[in-house]
Amino acid sequence: MNKFKFDWLILPVVGVLIILAAWHIVGGKKVYSLTTGMAELGTTVAALPEGEAQWKALAPKLKSGEIEATETKRLRPDVWEAISSSFEEKRIGLIPDLPNVVETWDSSKPYIVDPWAKRGEMDQGILRFTWYSLVLVAQGYAIALIIGVPVGFFLGLSPTFTKMFDPLIQVLRPVSPLAWLPLGLVLFMRAGPEAGTYAALFTIALCGMWPTVLNTAVGVRAVPQDYLNVGRVLKLSRWKMLTKILIPATLPYMFTGFRLSLGIAWLAIVAAEMLTGRPGAGGFLWQEYNALIYEHIIFSILTIGIVGLILDRLMSLVEARFKAIS
Amino acid sequence: MAFLELKNVSKSFGSHSVLSGVNLSIADGEFVAIVGYSGQGKTTLISLIAGLIKPDSGEVSLEGDIVTGPGPDRGLVFQNYSLLPWLSVYENIALAVDQVFPQWDAARRRTHVDKYIAMVKLSHAKDRLPKQLSGGMRQRVSVARTLAINPRILLLDEPLGALDALTRATLQDEIASIWQTERKTVILITNSVDEALLLADRIIPLTIGPGATLGESVPVSLARPRDRTALNHDPEFKRLRALVTNQLLGFNASRKTSVTKKLIRPEILPEDLDAPRVNRPPRRPDEEKRESIQIA
Ligand SMILES: Nc1ncnc2c1ncn2[C@@H]1O[C@H](COP(=O)(O)OP(=O)(O)OP(=O)(O)O)[C@@H](O)[C@H]1O
Ligand SMILES: [Mg+2]
Repeated sequence: MNKFKFDWLILPVVGVLIILAAWHIVGGKKVYSLTTGMAELGTTVAALPEGEAQWKALAPKLKSGEIEATETKRLRPDVWEAISSSFEEKRIGLIPDLPNVVETWDSSKPYIVDPWAKRGEMDQGILRFTWYSLVLVAQGYAIALIIGVPVGFFLGLSPTFTKMFDPLIQVLRPVSPLAWLPLGLVLFMRAGPEAGTYAALFTIALCGMWPTVLNTAVGVRAVPQDYLNVGRVLKLSRWKMLTKILIPATLPYMFTGFRLSLGIAWLAIVAAEMLTGRPGAGGFLWQEYNALIYEHIIFSILTIGIVGLILDRLMSLVEARFKAIS
Repeated sequence: MAFLELKNVSKSFGSHSVLSGVNLSIADGEFVAIVGYSGQGKTTLISLIAGLIKPDSGEVSLEGDIVTGPGPDRGLVFQNYSLLPWLSVYENIALAVDQVFPQWDAARRRTHVDKYIAMVKLSHAKDRLPKQLSGGMRQRVSVARTLAINPRILLLDEPLGALDALTRATLQDEIASIWQTERKTVILITNSVDEALLLADRIIPLTIGPGATLGESVPVSLARPRDRTALNHDPEFKRLRALVTNQLLGFNASRKTSVTKKLIRPEILPEDLDAPRVNRPPRRPDEEKRESIQIA
């Protein structure tokens, strides 16, 4: 039990902490540097109510001529308001423009603490964004499976069909979602306002289909001859042979395909949303990049990754169930 | 007219001739055992009778009708059980019963399935999946599945080959008693002369390939029911055992042969999605493994 906890809980946590630390080290931070003289500043602060005491606390921090952005938040609001015009904002660090851990967290907090918020088209809680993406993925994924499974069966059952279409599949399979989307947009150009959605579905379905197609085909070819012989001795009809023997025997392979397909569908959704500007986890990322809010890019990446992980885990559970039987 | 007849049946796989010129004639209700060495075409012979494969020449006929394909009138108990792993004991048998007796109502089919599960003493395990059964239990399910479809002839392909001696003895007795009550025509494939003597009316040895054929048949006139312990001291039993054993050994006397057998296990490796796949069959972990046996 202890060993188990160490392996599955403590080690991953350590890994995450190491990466967070590294990120924090290379990340930049925002500082304010002084553009005027200290004396001038002292007079301004002293003029405020209880200004003398305030200045005493503030002066040592300004010795270096710079003050960290996080420090300024701790000043009395009227003090900072009075002096902020004497400072110039700048970012320092190894990669100055990369937001550090604290900045990312601060800036992403509103999206996490109120995950269902809807403040605007592109300013919504993270769960709401994720939900939009998931709904679209579910639709595209469903299309992928509905087309992919029968195609896989044909490939597995018919060598002729395989020879005809396998080379084509090998050509289409490596094409990135980013490449399919423009074609999708062209295809559905005349579909009116929903064209973007159709193009996204087209992309998800097309990219997500291949693992299901190929694994189903392998699974069908791998059905032991003995199982088929059982059906032949009983003179099962073609339909019964399919439903009673072929499909159950292929299910474990199909589910491996389903799991891989879901992973790809989730990859494709992000690309699709980025290019079509739909609200969702990927659309949010792109919009925040354009709005120069870099913290939210990191936040989106993490969200997309975590959702992808959860989807994969869920599918593995289902897959393991089917693997266990045969 | 013979019940089951094979006339000059030959079968090769590619250029490898497995069986050639096999003649066999079996009477209704007869229990025939075919004994032979491993890899000499016993399964091939029974698959020909079952209709799962077609002979290259010659013909197989059952009650005068030429066999053209498999069918439930020839109940085959597969060498490796061939239970469907996703179905429970009950469902495995019900699949066969539902298919063969569609005219019966559901209740009758259910009772029928239960009856055969009880016959092989597995009522307590009827909802288990095959992987939750021992080898002997699986074999009994396989026998029950075949008996339940009431075939005209029962084809048993080394049904007890993979079992330990004790389980084997128990199942031999079960097969004997089932045969006593059902009186079906049976062809039993086995590699054990004792098993053949215990169960069969007639023993036919299979010679050694390439181009194996059936040897001279040996009638077994031991009284039934046969008792394993008593038989061991029976002079007729000893004589027959020596006769059949010598016949089998005789096939070898003239030569030594080495059999190369390709072992194919059902596991298949996951597809490597990055490798070129044109015309590539599924890969197996032991694809290339071959076993060479020196037969003394
Ligand atoms: N489908 C096939 N394709 C090619 N060769 C085959 C095929 N089936 C059987 N053989 C070959 O035919 C020969 C006889 O095989 P078979 O399975 O009939 O032997 P067997 O007597 O049943 O052996 P065992 O006692 O081990 O079950 C073997 O050499 C085998 O390699
Ligand atoms: Mg065999």
